[in-house]
Amino acid sequence: MTGGNTAINVGVFAVFVLITLWVVYRAGSRNTTASDYYAAGSSFTGPQNGIALSGDFLSAASFLGISGSIAVNGYDGFLYSIGWVVSWLMGLMIIAERLRNTGRFTLGDVLAFRMRQRPVRAAAANVTLVISLFYMIAQMAGAGALMALLLDVHTKAGQAVVIAVVGIVMVLYVLVGGMKGTTWVQIIKAVLLILCVTLMTVFLLGKFGFSLSSIMETASRNSPLGPQVLEPGARYGGTPLARLDFISLALALVLGTASLPHVLMRFYTVPNAREARRSVVWATWMMAIFYLCTLVIGFGSLALVGADTIKKAPGGENSAAPLLAFEIGGAVLLGIVAAVAFATILAVVAGLTLTASASFAHDVYANVIKRGHAEPRQEVRVARLTAVVVGLLAIVGGIAANGQNVAFLVALAFALAASANLSTIIYSMFWKRFNTNGTLWAIYGGLVSCVVLIAFSPAVSGTKTSIFPEVDFAFFPLGNPGLVSIPFSFLCGFLGTVLSREKADPAKQAEMEVRALTGIGSGLR
Amino acid sequence: MTKAILPPSESRRPRGFATFDEDPGVPLLVDESGRPDFVALRNSEDFRELRRRVTRFVLPATFGFLAWYLGYVALSAYVPEFMATEVYGVINIGIVFGVLQFVSTIALTLAYARYARRKLDPQVDAVRALTKEGRA
Repeated sequence: MTGGNTAINVGVFAVFVLITLWVVYRAGSRNTTASDYYAAGSSFTGPQNGIALSGDFLSAASFLGISGSIAVNGYDGFLYSIGWVVSWLMGLMIIAERLRNTGRFTLGDVLAFRMRQRPVRAAAANVTLVISLFYMIAQMAGAGALMALLLDVHTKAGQAVVIAVVGIVMVLYVLVGGMKGTTWVQIIKAVLLILCVTLMTVFLLGKFGFSLSSIMETASRNSPLGPQVLEPGARYGGTPLARLDFISLALALVLGTASLPHVLMRFYTVPNAREARRSVVWATWMMAIFYLCTLVIGFGSLALVGADTIKKAPGGENSAAPLLAFEIGGAVLLGIVAAVAFATILAVVAGLTLTASASFAHDVYANVIKRGHAEPRQEVRVARLTAVVVGLLAIVGGIAANGQNVAFLVALAFALAASANLSTIIYSMFWKRFNTNGTLWAIYGGLVSCVVLIAFSPAVSGTKTSIFPEVDFAFFPLGNPGLVSIPFSFLCGFLGTVLSREKADPAKQAEMEVRALTGIGSGLR
Repeated sequence: MTKAILPPSESRRPRGFATFDEDPGVPLLVDESGRPDFVALRNSEDFRELRRRVTRFVLPATFGFLAWYLGYVALSAYVPEFMATEVYGVINIGIVFGVLQFVSTIALTLAYARYARRKLDPQVDAVRALTKEGRA
């Protein structure tokens, strides 16, 4: 990159990896029981877990992607940020406390609570693995793109090596530190990230006399869109379909967050429902600050760097924030921003790996294969082994997806989570008649419809930005399937329940209802 | 199957809660082995009151924020000219509404946390007091 200093970038990043590995090693040295490995012994406080939650959630797609998207698309990029902030209300009021009270380690604990254990747990684990892998491959591919930008690694082979290094470090975090170590990595990374964006924002505001209006005015002069960059419609305006697509995306964003498996699993690292609530309050504050800052950073990079330079840079829109950092703080600030962005990818992928491995070991191995009679040490060993396998899959997938349009993989993960998980969680908590059959229909209905619609959407074929631009089998017109697949999953859950003769277990239902609100029977507090 | 039974004598000792001191005979809703009787708990007045309080806040709040958010998205998608109306410098209604989404999210989060602390947590304790773990 223009003027970037590879030695500084690598140096800052290496320091981060060494410090976090040391922290992970210290935190994880007594990582023997299943509860330690999956949920850090539920020993974190609300504020700690809240910061870690924001660390888990703020992926590189948020940091580089959103500020870049605001720099290029202006107002329409800002709409992403809003969806991601608002979505935490769902987690706060409906999901967090009930999940903490009902389950122990995984989403499967909650969904299978009053259902037949084996099929529901297997389904929950399938969904968790699919969502985690999609999300992870997107992050790993993003790491490759980031490298092209920051370390001047331009060959595919070189980027593959970088992706493999990211994967190996991330598996190390998970193996050595378990949930406790991974949580500390999230906390360190979240604090660094928020500090970094806040300082850049304060600097930018100071430079423009603390007037957002003046930043935006300068920005609009530097954009090929002119003043329109400040108005809705730069990206999603025009045709009725584009507008509908935008509504669909907005729906997936707001309903998907609190159904993402690695976010859900975080609620188990605190001792009780009240701490779970506090963690969401903290996470919401962190998100609001972060995304307000990205608004300023996005328009600031447009004002100081300009749209042409950003689009021509090696990483395209993703380079807006690093370019701005170089503009205002030289090679050192660029190095720091680069390292923070990289740490972000690392931490998010580690969180996903942990979630996937817990889901396989706890739901599939311990409850489906061993029918609930697994030896705890053996279960943790299976979880660690799964983490290695998942890590390998993510490395291979990341290398294969390198250079692909990664934004759609992330959006797909959100749509998948909202389609397969949300309906099932809500039904099992609020609908007495909901039964095993309904659960399976809702999970698989949401999962399959979402994947099929994506496969036949313009994101995969038929347009210039598709994965397969040469062929066109896109019979589904929307880029994001949420508008169809989320209601479809609710419908499947309803029909599956009504059409089966199986009766819900009333005693179990009463237990779940009381336990979800009060924690009685969970042994918590 | 199970019914409300009187607590064993040792759990009737005063524990510093005024209500128990005055009324040591409140029956525990547990089965013969001391496990919570969830059906009886769910039908208890205390639990129904808890559920009412949760619904009273969460239901309108959830539909409210979803409507406000989706309404905002719909305004941006379908009446961009209105959202582009400038109100202060180049800052337009769309940006103001967007920032207001942040403000309303934080406000609702704090309101819920406060409501939960004042109205839900004490009621949760009241329901828990019907079981052994709540009185331990």
